[in-house]
Amino acid sequence: MAKLIDGLTKLGNSCNNALQKLGFAARFFVMILLYSGQSFRRIHLTLREVYFSGVLSLIIILVSGLFVGLVLGLQGYETLQRYGSAEALGILVALSLTRELGPVVAGLLFASRAGSAMTAEIGLMKATEQITAMDIMAVNPIARVIAPRFWGGVIAMPLLAAMFSAMGILGGYLIGVVFIGVDEGSFWSQMQAAVDFRSDILNGIIKSFVFGVAVSLIAVFEGYDSLPTAEGVSRAITRTVVNSALAILALDFVLTSFMFRGI
Amino acid sequence: MPTDNLVEIDKLSFAYDERKILKGIDMTIPRGKVVAIMGGSGCGKTTLLRLISGQLKPSHGDVRVDGVSVPKMSHQALYALRRRMGMLFQFGALFTDLSVFENVAYPIREHTDLPEELIRDMTLLKLNAVGLRGTQALMPRSLSGGMARRVALARAIALDPMLIMYDEPFTGLDPISLGVIGQLIRRFNDALGATSIMVTHDIHVSLQIVDYVYFMSDGAVVAQGTPDEIRASQDPFVHQFIHAEADGPVRFDYPAPPLAQELLRESAHG
Repeated sequence: MAKLIDGLTKLGNSCNNALQKLGFAARFFVMILLYSGQSFRRIHLTLREVYFSGVLSLIIILVSGLFVGLVLGLQGYETLQRYGSAEALGILVALSLTRELGPVVAGLLFASRAGSAMTAEIGLMKATEQITAMDIMAVNPIARVIAPRFWGGVIAMPLLAAMFSAMGILGGYLIGVVFIGVDEGSFWSQMQAAVDFRSDILNGIIKSFVFGVAVSLIAVFEGYDSLPTAEGVSRAITRTVVNSALAILALDFVLTSFMFRGI
Repeated sequence: MPTDNLVEIDKLSFAYDERKILKGIDMTIPRGKVVAIMGGSGCGKTTLLRLISGQLKPSHGDVRVDGVSVPKMSHQALYALRRRMGMLFQFGALFTDLSVFENVAYPIREHTDLPEELIRDMTLLKLNAVGLRGTQALMPRSLSGGMARRVALARAIALDPMLIMYDEPFTGLDPISLGVIGQLIRRFNDALGATSIMVTHDIHVSLQIVDYVYFMSDGAVVAQGTPDEIRASQDPFVHQFIHAEADGPVRFDYPAPPLAQELLRESAHG
């Protein structure tokens, strides 16, 4: 009986802590929005973060996009040619990338490359009292450190997803048209005819924007909430990557079910 | 109504959950003076600085800076007060992504609309005052511990504050750097007409530069006086502290059950 009560107490405490953390994260998000003015008035602060989150993630995004496109081209051709529809390879590659793989895989890569870096930087700033020093100088750390990083990530993410999709389509083209010999005209024209701007490209952009908000929020929150020790920062980085991946996959399902429910 | 004391602390208590850190402290910091708050590690000195700067809210009691109650201040009023404060952190807390020059210029840029030439001149003057004008282009990672502390000091006084707080300014410094930082603390206080509060446990350097000393132990003020009074003090705590004795009012052993009882319990379980 005592063990049961002990177990229930622990469960209750964990739920309580999780709810408290969720509440703090929600309050933190509102604070970021409230103190975002400076991020846009002093746009160089945000552009610097777009550079760190976006430009410095370009290599991994472009290379991964190319390889995903190459694999999609191979796999797609293998299946489509069985039904005599190899010319539809362009459609398959483009729709897979713009609707799903572009936002999702770019989001996962963004979380591991830029999200973890954001958490580490903020966590170390906290551990070395740089955040406190800023606060003591009457400079709001949410406005000066957190909000620019958040918006930098939000702006960078859709751009990275677009680059990922573009490189993926190039990879599909290289495999399908250049190496296998699918008709180039069919590849592009069928793609152009089948891919709809609103329902495919715009929805992909919306997804990547939502993933950008989720990953950036998780990254800055985990950094700000980390324990100011080496172990605390390393745990926060792990949480950023794991929670971001779960959030992306869960949000992807929710968004997809709303966007494509008529199909 | 301005008083002779820049900082007044009345019956100040603070606790983290159930753990009491400060237990009804009374303290005054007169204008223009350098006051040291000393005591062993974990006695609540740094917590006291955090309460003075408004980073923490007390459980009971009050802290007044320049006649205004810090815990009752709005966020905006607190930030307005902090613009008139400077703080030197234990390890400098320099911004690692900014150069030495940009670190010192940071508070000036954030709080003024001065032209770039003037910001440059002000920054170079502050760096010159700590003897590190030549390091302006370096990044903080290239500095030694003592140099980083001096740059952080230049940053703390960048806006000529009325109150400068020092959190363990001598920790980890070689004797030369230690003496330099000590002299700079005294010199800046007098030159700027500021008031300084220094949390430290380095008694020998401190007694040479401060005007008054408070000794804290276990969250309470246990002794106080001018450096001469402290040197002549017969108070057992002060005596233990000055002579670095292992045991005394501050116990060597952390509270625990008697060793024999603990060992017997272990063998009974074994």
